[in-house]
Amino acid sequence: MSDPEDLGTGIYRQEAAELVQSIEAGLLALENTPGDGDRIDAVFRDLHTVKGSGAMFGFKELAEFVHEFETAFDSVRRREVPVTSALIEISLRACDHILRLLDDPVSAKAVSATILGKLAACLEADGSDALPAPRQDMSIGTDNRGIPPANGYRVKFRLAADALMHGHDPEVLLNDLRDLGPTRVRALVEDVPPLDQLDPTECLMGWEVEITGEIDPTDIEAVFLFTRDTMSLEVSPLDADEALEANAGPTDEPDASFSLVSGASNSTKATGNTMRVATERLDEMMDRVGELVIAEARLQALAQTSGDATLMAVAEDIQRLAAGLRDSTMSIRMVPISSILGRFQRLIRDLSGSLGKQMNFVTCGEDTELDKTVIELLADPLVHILRNCADHGLESAERRLAAGKPATGTIELGAEYAGAEVVITIRDDGRGLDAARIRSRAVERGLIDEDVDLPEAELYRMIFEPGFSTSSAVTELSGRGVGMDVVKRTIASLRGQIDLESEPGHGTTVRLRLPLTLAIIDGLLVEVGGELYTIPLAAVEECVELPALHKSERTTSSFLNIRGGLVPFLRLRSLFDVAVPPSDYQKVVVIASTGARVGLVVDNIIGNNQTVIKQLSPLHAGLKSFSGATILGDGSVALILDVAQLVASGRAIEESTRRENAA
Amino acid sequence: MSTATQIDVVTLRLGGEWMALPADSLREILEPVAVTRVPQSRPFSNGLINVRGVVVPLTDLRVAFGMPPVDATEDTRMLVFDFPLDGDTVTVAITADKVHEVTTLDVSALDDVPSVGLRWPPEFVQGIGKQEDEFLLVPDLEAIFKQHAMRGTTQKQHDEGI
Repeated sequence: MSDPEDLGTGIYRQEAAELVQSIEAGLLALENTPGDGDRIDAVFRDLHTVKGSGAMFGFKELAEFVHEFETAFDSVRRREVPVTSALIEISLRACDHILRLLDDPVSAKAVSATILGKLAACLEADGSDALPAPRQDMSIGTDNRGIPPANGYRVKFRLAADALMHGHDPEVLLNDLRDLGPTRVRALVEDVPPLDQLDPTECLMGWEVEITGEIDPTDIEAVFLFTRDTMSLEVSPLDADEALEANAGPTDEPDASFSLVSGASNSTKATGNTMRVATERLDEMMDRVGELVIAEARLQALAQTSGDATLMAVAEDIQRLAAGLRDSTMSIRMVPISSILGRFQRLIRDLSGSLGKQMNFVTCGEDTELDKTVIELLADPLVHILRNCADHGLESAERRLAAGKPATGTIELGAEYAGAEVVITIRDDGRGLDAARIRSRAVERGLIDEDVDLPEAELYRMIFEPGFSTSSAVTELSGRGVGMDVVKRTIASLRGQIDLESEPGHGTTVRLRLPLTLAIIDGLLVEVGGELYTIPLAAVEECVELPALHKSERTTSSFLNIRGGLVPFLRLRSLFDVAVPPSDYQKVVVIASTGARVGLVVDNIIGNNQTVIKQLSPLHAGLKSFSGATILGDGSVALILDVAQLVASGRAIEESTRRENAA
Repeated sequence: MSTATQIDVVTLRLGGEWMALPADSLREILEPVAVTRVPQSRPFSNGLINVRGVVVPLTDLRVAFGMPPVDATEDTRMLVFDFPLDGDTVTVAITADKVHEVTTLDVSALDDVPSVGLRWPPEFVQGIGKQEDEFLLVPDLEAIFKQHAMRGTTQKQHDEGI
């Protein structure tokens, strides 16, 4: 582990980045509801926290900048300046700048004054009180501008009994409190036992400290930053008559939402009930669980063959525990998609500005959860798709009006569960894909022959080819023809799929289908010609006996009648070139994906198993029928069937039959 | 490694030829284990094996060199290598009829690939060395794997549009 200094800085970086995100979200929301006082306060509070802890962790440049930013925003908070889009714009720039200061304070510092200058100019232009020019020599400790003054606070705290063993020193905390202002300290000794029962290594005393003066409650919180998790802390404002000195002026605007209660709840959110863990550790844990599941399967197989009842009972217990451990480990890794939606709000807003198009960004299904790895890898492709929607999809306001559409374009991003997959839909109401243009471009680039008649869906797929762009004008944002191929590759690497739908004049829909997790799934083990394969259980609808009528491979029909519905089926034996004769009782496993069904004819159904997904090596990357491999209880390898691909093949059968029938 | 002319190689017998493969990327040598057939794949890498919890493709250099297939004997071994491929490291297993020894090979003393008289595809041969009066074929593994990677599909599958 790195030394505590670095650790603290790291945590601060992460926290600051999150706070900046929250500030951004607040600013963007304010743009729509400029008068929302709660939001203004929330932004202000976040700014303050960024500043306070920034100064504490030695981010001096950052703290100075945020201080000025906060000061400027204070006039907004006091309703002296209205919220304008110009103000939001420059505030968002300031947010970006905070992140830069976080990364590289020295070189980013030079820009601080420019941004603050613009901010001041913006506030002035609104006819408000002129802001003082940024002072370079300001110091954080004596800041008293942005905080509502209070007479003082009573701080009651009690450390955990083992605090001393962990190197916490109450005296240091008391001294820190003393630095905030004049204090009166009282020791709380009621928990200290008689001397003969006293363990001198335990910290059983509590303290009650009254601090007077204009004190920022977050400064008090900050004193206990490192002990907050394990201690009890009560902070309450001092009544006026309790104040030692009457020099603290009355508050000019008693602001309820800036009370200690909200400050405290904020900090508990960050340090109390949740815990930050490095992703690598989670990955490592997932690997271990994967190994455990494989070992457990081996134990299960052993127990079955031994027939020893005691051993079987133990194996069953372990199976249950391993499944539970697997589920909780995976749930730790699940992150709601809302965690990346914030940056898209910002992206759309910026795009709207730079493209000069009005656009709305609508999201739904923000709570849909995906594996953290998937979410992280998904961010870039989504940015590409959204850019394309904004730049190529949506028309200019005039053209929209001329086409009888509202001037403001809409981009929708939705997420929903569909079986073992998550479907992410990005829809715009723009001009749609130009099939003719894609076609001529594809012919030009030699991707298709001139005389080939491709269905539209396949034509649309061309935009995922590397270097493919129909846009004659290359803009700063898109049109270079890079991007969509990257999107396709990233989605493929996540074992996902992309569908495109487009209606000329009405818009384009991009649909991404992604697996919920990349690590472990429940599988259905089947046998085909003596070889074992795993089918993701979540995709399995039902298992039926293959009707006698279909036993021979020479039957012409490739449809099953399942309770009145026709389901196309594939014989895995012929798909996989199996030579051994089939069993007499072949079974059909019906799998479904995104509304379509297909039956897979197998020789035998073995049963459920926990499937730890192992990626196939690049040597097998071209294989379409398999999405990965897994290791079975006996140590042998079984391939995992790619449900989406097989369903697509089933659909192809359906379509060709339909065409034959029509012909 | 690039400047040194002496490299460590593992020598093995394959289809009647002695071959030398770089020993520094050799991870382990296994007795034959259960192989899972991969339908629809090319004969060059149509199997998967479990190497202590890792699924590793089993490749057959005989296919690359157009040698006839041979049944396994008690000398047959599987060699697990970590090779660089397109900036990544891929772990592959290679079947050998017999593993001989780990020895040093002077790369500068390698003969160029003769333009005539070589039974094997010249683009897959890096050079030919000599060891105790025997010719030692140094295959160009990168070329072989490049040729076969990313092309797991067979023509049949392609035709079926799967």
